[in-house]
Amino acid sequence: MAELEIDKLPTYLEIPAIQKDSMAGDGPFKASAEIQEQLGFPGEKVENWQQIAIEKMAETTSKYRSVQVFLDACVKCGACTDKCHYYLGTADPKNMPVARQDLFRSVYRRHFTFAGKYFPKLVGAKELDDAMLDDWYNYFHQCSQCRRCAVFCPYGIDTAEISMAAREVMNVIGVGQKYSNQILGRINKIGNNLGMPEPALRDTLLDLEEEIEKETGVAVKLPLDNKHAEILMVTPSADFFAEPHIDGLIGYAKVFHQSGVTWTMSSYASEAANFGMFIGSYEVMRKGALRIRKAALDLGVSRIVVGECGHAWRVAYSFWNTLSGIGGGASDEYALKLQKQLDSNYPQPQHIIEFTYDLIQKGILTFDKTKNDHRKVTFHDSCNVARGSNMGDIENGQFILPREVIKAACNHFVDMPKATIKASTYCCGGGGGLLTDDLIELRIKGAMPRMQALKQSQENDGVNTLAAICAICKSQFSKVLPNYDFDPYMIVSVHQLVSDALVLSDKSETKAEDSL
Amino acid sequence: MAEILGVGVDEEGYLLKIADWSEEIALAMAAEDDIELSAEHWEVINFLREYFEEYEFAPAVRILTKAIAKRLGNDKGNSRYLYSLFPYGPAKQGCRFAGLPKPTGCV
Repeated sequence: MAELEIDKLPTYLEIPAIQKDSMAGDGPFKASAEIQEQLGFPGEKVENWQQIAIEKMAETTSKYRSVQVFLDACVKCGACTDKCHYYLGTADPKNMPVARQDLFRSVYRRHFTFAGKYFPKLVGAKELDDAMLDDWYNYFHQCSQCRRCAVFCPYGIDTAEISMAAREVMNVIGVGQKYSNQILGRINKIGNNLGMPEPALRDTLLDLEEEIEKETGVAVKLPLDNKHAEILMVTPSADFFAEPHIDGLIGYAKVFHQSGVTWTMSSYASEAANFGMFIGSYEVMRKGALRIRKAALDLGVSRIVVGECGHAWRVAYSFWNTLSGIGGGASDEYALKLQKQLDSNYPQPQHIIEFTYDLIQKGILTFDKTKNDHRKVTFHDSCNVARGSNMGDIENGQFILPREVIKAACNHFVDMPKATIKASTYCCGGGGGLLTDDLIELRIKGAMPRMQALKQSQENDGVNTLAAICAICKSQFSKVLPNYDFDPYMIVSVHQLVSDALVLSDKSETKAEDSL
Repeated sequence: MAEILGVGVDEEGYLLKIADWSEEIALAMAAEDDIELSAEHWEVINFLREYFEEYEFAPAVRILTKAIAKRLGNDKGNSRYLYSLFPYGPAKQGCRFAGLPKPTGCV
C-alpha cells in the first residue's frame, strides 16, 4: 500500500477551499455475485437497471415519507456545507451534505416531479446514467450516516436516510459494497460479523475467564448459552476479537459479577451490530434483529442488555420494538411471546452503560479511582448513540450517563471542545460501513476534525486517554491515531476504565443482591 | 484475477484458497510489503495456522499475544510487539501471510 500524504493538524479547524473531484474514484470494492446473492440481491448489475432503480426509488419515497420530505424540502441555504467531517477533511465539494443529497435528489426530480419531468435543466433534474451511478456508488460510500449535518439543517434533512436509500437502490440493481455485504452474509450464516464459530467463541471466553481469575483472584464468568440466566447480553463481536474492545468485555463481565444478576451471551446471536441499517435494507436489518429475538426466546431470559456498539444501540433503542417486539411494538406471535417473557420493571432493551450507571446510583459498585489516576480521560460521543438514541430515560441521558460512569471510575475527566461533542460530535471517520482498508484515505482524512479537537484537549488539558462506546470508533481510532501523532493505545472502552477501577468481591463470600 | 506465485488472491491480496498456501507464498507476500520474515514472524504465522486448523477461525488478538508470550517470552507477548512485526496489524497482515481469510467486522 502506498503511503498517504496526511496534512498536520491545524491549530484551528478551518473550512477548506473546495478542491473539485479530490475524492473522485471508483469507491470501495464491490461485492461479488456470491456475497450479493446470499442477501437476496442480484449477483450482478441487472440489464434493465435504470428501470429497476427508478421503481425502487418510487417505493422508497412512498414507504419512507421522511425521505420524500428530505428530497422536497431543501432550500439550498448552505447551513450543512461545512458540517460534514468528510468535507472538512477532503475538501471535495461532493462531500458537502447538500451536494451528496443532490446526487439522489436530481434523479428524484427528473422522475418524480412535474418540473423535473418537463423542464429538467431548469430545476437541476438529471438522469440516472452510468456516470451518475458511479457518483452514487463513490460518494454514498463517503457518508458515514453520522447525521451531524441534520443537526444543523433548519429543516432537519437527514443525509443518512438519503444515503441509506441510495445504497438500497444500488443493492437491488446488483451493485453492492463488499465490506458491508460480506459481513451481513456472515451474521446470517454464523451469527456474528466476524464469522467466528461457536467453538472459537467458547474457547476465547474461557481464556478470558482464566485471565481475569489470574489477575484478580476472583472467578468472574463469561457464560455462553446459559439457559437459566436472567439477562441476555448482546455485544459487538469485535469485543471478542479485537483490542482495545476485549478489555471492555472484561469490564461488562466484572460489572455483572458484582451485580449478582445472572447473565449469558448467545452463540446463535453473538452480534449486536446490524449493518442492515447501513445498507438501508429493512429486511436485512430485521433478519439480524430476529436472531436476537430467537436467542432470547430460546434462552428464556427476562432482560436484554446491549454492549458498547454505536449503531447497534440505535437499532436496538429505536427500531427493535417494531422489528422484533423487544420493547413492544411488533404484534406477531413471537413478538407477543417475547413481550410477555421480558420483565417490564426494566428498560427493554437496556444499554450496558445504563446497567452500570444504575448500579452506581444504588451504591452497589465500589471503585478504587486511583487505579485510573495515570489517565486524563476524555469521551468521544459516538454518532448513532448521540444523534439516534437516548439513555436512562432522561433528556440528554445519552450524553450524561456515559460521562457519569467514567467519572465514577476516574478522577480526571475533561470534555473536548463543546462544538465537537454531544449532539455536535464529529464522527470517528469510520462509521456507516466505511471501516474498511480500501477506504483508508477517506477514513484518515475524515477523522481530522475529531483529531483536531483531541489535539486541543491534549495541549490544553493534558488528555492522554480517549474513551468510547462503539466498536467501530475504537477500531477506527486505533488505526488512525498514529497518522496524527497520537498513541494508538490511548483509545479505550468505557468499560475498560470501569474494569480497571472496580473493586471485586468474591461471590462465594458475599450474597447476591436480591433486589436487582 | 490477481495472483501471487501463480495462485489466486483476492483484491486485497488474501489467498482465495487456504490449501494453496506454502512458505514460499508467505515469503513473497512479505517481500511485497518490504518485510523480511524473521523467526519471530514465523512463530506468529505458525500459531495462526495451528489455531485456524483447530477452530476454522483466526485467534482473537488476546489469544495470539498470550500464545506468543509463551513461545517467545513475556516481553514479546503484547500487541505493541506484534505490531512492530506486522505494521498493518498482526491479525490482518499476519493472516494474509499465513494464507488465512481476512478478519473483518468492526475490527
